[in-house]
Amino acid sequence: MKKEKIPFWRDGKVIAIAGQVLVVLMLLIILGVLGNNLIRNYQQLNIKFGFEFLSRPASFDIGNAPISFSSHDSFMKALLVGLLNTGRVTIFGIILATGLGITVGIARLADNWLVRFLATIYVETFRNTPLLLQLFCWYFAFFLQLPPIENPVVIPGPIFLTNRGLDIPWPAGTTQTWLGLAWVVLSVIFAIILWGRRMKVIVEKSESGQLFQGIIIILSLTTIIALVFGLDWRVPQLKEEVIQGGINLSTEFATLLVGLTVYTAAFIAEVVRAGIQSVNKGQWEAGRALGLNYSNLMQLIIFPQALRMMIPPLTSEFLNLTKNSSLAIATGYSDVYAVSQTTLTQTGKDIEMVLLVMTTYLTINMVTSFAMNWLNRSVQIKE
Amino acid sequence: MMKKIQQNLFNTWYNSLLTLISLWLIYWISFSLISWGFTQAEWGVLQANLRLFFLGRYPVDLLWRPWTILGIIMGLGTLSWRLRKGKILIWFLGFLVISWLLTGGLFLETVKLDDLGGLVLTLLTALVSIVLSFPFGVLLALGRQSNLPVIRWLSIGYIELIRGLPLIGILFMAQVMVPLVLPPDIRPDRVVRAICGLTMFSAAYLAENVRGGLQSIPKGQTEAAKALGLSTPLVLALIILPQALKAVIPTIVGQFISLFKDTSLLAIVGLVELLGISQSILANPKFLGRYGEVYLFIALIYWIFCYSMSLGSKKFEQQL
Repeated sequence: MKKEKIPFWRDGKVIAIAGQVLVVLMLLIILGVLGNNLIRNYQQLNIKFGFEFLSRPASFDIGNAPISFSSHDSFMKALLVGLLNTGRVTIFGIILATGLGITVGIARLADNWLVRFLATIYVETFRNTPLLLQLFCWYFAFFLQLPPIENPVVIPGPIFLTNRGLDIPWPAGTTQTWLGLAWVVLSVIFAIILWGRRMKVIVEKSESGQLFQGIIIILSLTTIIALVFGLDWRVPQLKEEVIQGGINLSTEFATLLVGLTVYTAAFIAEVVRAGIQSVNKGQWEAGRALGLNYSNLMQLIIFPQALRMMIPPLTSEFLNLTKNSSLAIATGYSDVYAVSQTTLTQTGKDIEMVLLVMTTYLTINMVTSFAMNWLNRSVQIKE
Repeated sequence: MMKKIQQNLFNTWYNSLLTLISLWLIYWISFSLISWGFTQAEWGVLQANLRLFFLGRYPVDLLWRPWTILGIIMGLGTLSWRLRKGKILIWFLGFLVISWLLTGGLFLETVKLDDLGGLVLTLLTALVSIVLSFPFGVLLALGRQSNLPVIRWLSIGYIELIRGLPLIGILFMAQVMVPLVLPPDIRPDRVVRAICGLTMFSAAYLAENVRGGLQSIPKGQTEAAKALGLSTPLVLALIILPQALKAVIPTIVGQFISLFKDTSLLAIVGLVELLGISQSILANPKFLGRYGEVYLFIALIYWIFCYSMSLGSKKFEQQL
């Protein structure tokens, strides 16, 4: 009997290929029509496409520039300054937000209900209002309302709060600073290694590990001493109505940093809480049944499992922070987006700037997600 | 009672310290807020601008229309509380009637979209964008799961591109680029362009949420449906999508909440939604420096909406 052939309109493979060709064709037609309109509009407005404007002098100034920048420098350099500004606020923001977020997240699980209550209020307040509103609040209702430089608000530290920003202590950058910093970094690395050894000895040989503990305590004491005295801190001081020493964070930078930190920390707190809660109750019980005390139980059993759950959502929070730093434009901080907007209004190069900004953000995102994926792989269970 | 307090708050020395610090923080925050609210704040700015906050520059003689809409929404709310079936149909019809009442046309005097402002504009842009982005999001999610390489890579490309960009960039692009890629004689309203940008943005995020739902459906469901002789579109429409979408309703609500908050970015591209109208009220010399009052007020509005939505979605999650 002859095998019946499937007609081509019911053949899965033919349909699949035809479908894909159809989609691509439709896309091409849509893009073609839009592109055609674009070209017509460009001709009508008499604009030309091209990136040669980037080498022209920018003729605007940038506040908060981390490297020297004057209005004679090119647009290219202006954008680079913006990029550095973005990087600065993003890196400090991620570090601070992670610290604050972990603290609040653990506080949300505390036994003490007052602490829990405060942490809940914090999270619910900052998660449920828009970031932009929070930034405006920090800028107009807080930082700009601070007293003038003659009578600053002083927080022990000392940190000076004035309407010209924050003045915080900062290492001088002398040889002593670098030596002290090297000592701190080395002893932290050494302490982490020793800590791992200690846990291993406790787990595998059931020794007390007191020797290691002693060394770690001595190390941390010297580290604290090095941090406080060894870094050659320059402390801000009020002299003749001018604040000298330390480093001044401009109002715009401080606003953006504080706003992003406080907002993202609320989300990170939820990630941390969910991560710790996701560990099965049986794990806690089994750990206790083995006779582990609270800190060993946390270190050996709960935290490694919670970390696995936490890394992917943490990555997306970090990426969100990076993207949200583009709201700098609302406070007047010159990040890469704000600079690109200024460039755009000066040159009228819409499409070129949109393309540049897109590539910049996509690159930053890719770098961050590669780093976090690497971290993620290193904490997952190896099979 | 005393024993409980002692056990919970003062059982160890560091716990007692934490308790004292928390008590001091609570006292300090509430005291400074209350004293500011009663002595320094001037709440007149809110009273004088209440209509602007909620409706923007909506024509004064057409004010009966927003009031009717509020009545309709309340009526629909109570109705869907009682009804078992047909909720979606009723809300869809209600939405049509509301948008007709709001913007006019068909026997009613038209209100220009750009005249809308305040809370109404915030709600309108958020709602319309999420509704419009829904079909795109589902299609993109299906495309990303598809076996056909071209469709899969196109979907992945779109989703990752949009998710990598800051929203403010997309909104700005929508304001600038949309008029450029349309024929010269079509110039859409600012509001329409904003909705365009928000829809593009939210579709990519929705696609990822729906993908989570699609992945949670066991493979056996597809195989069983195929064994029953259903074709691929029917399998998707009758078996997979209903289950997947039901599973992701809480995340979609979460996304709606964040979109609702994100509409505040429209203030930067020059729209007068809730935050934008506050900025223009604060720019009025009569209300100079009343930042705290205004920001607190609109923060409260945002907070009430977001918090009640997240509570609602938690309740709904427990019912599932």
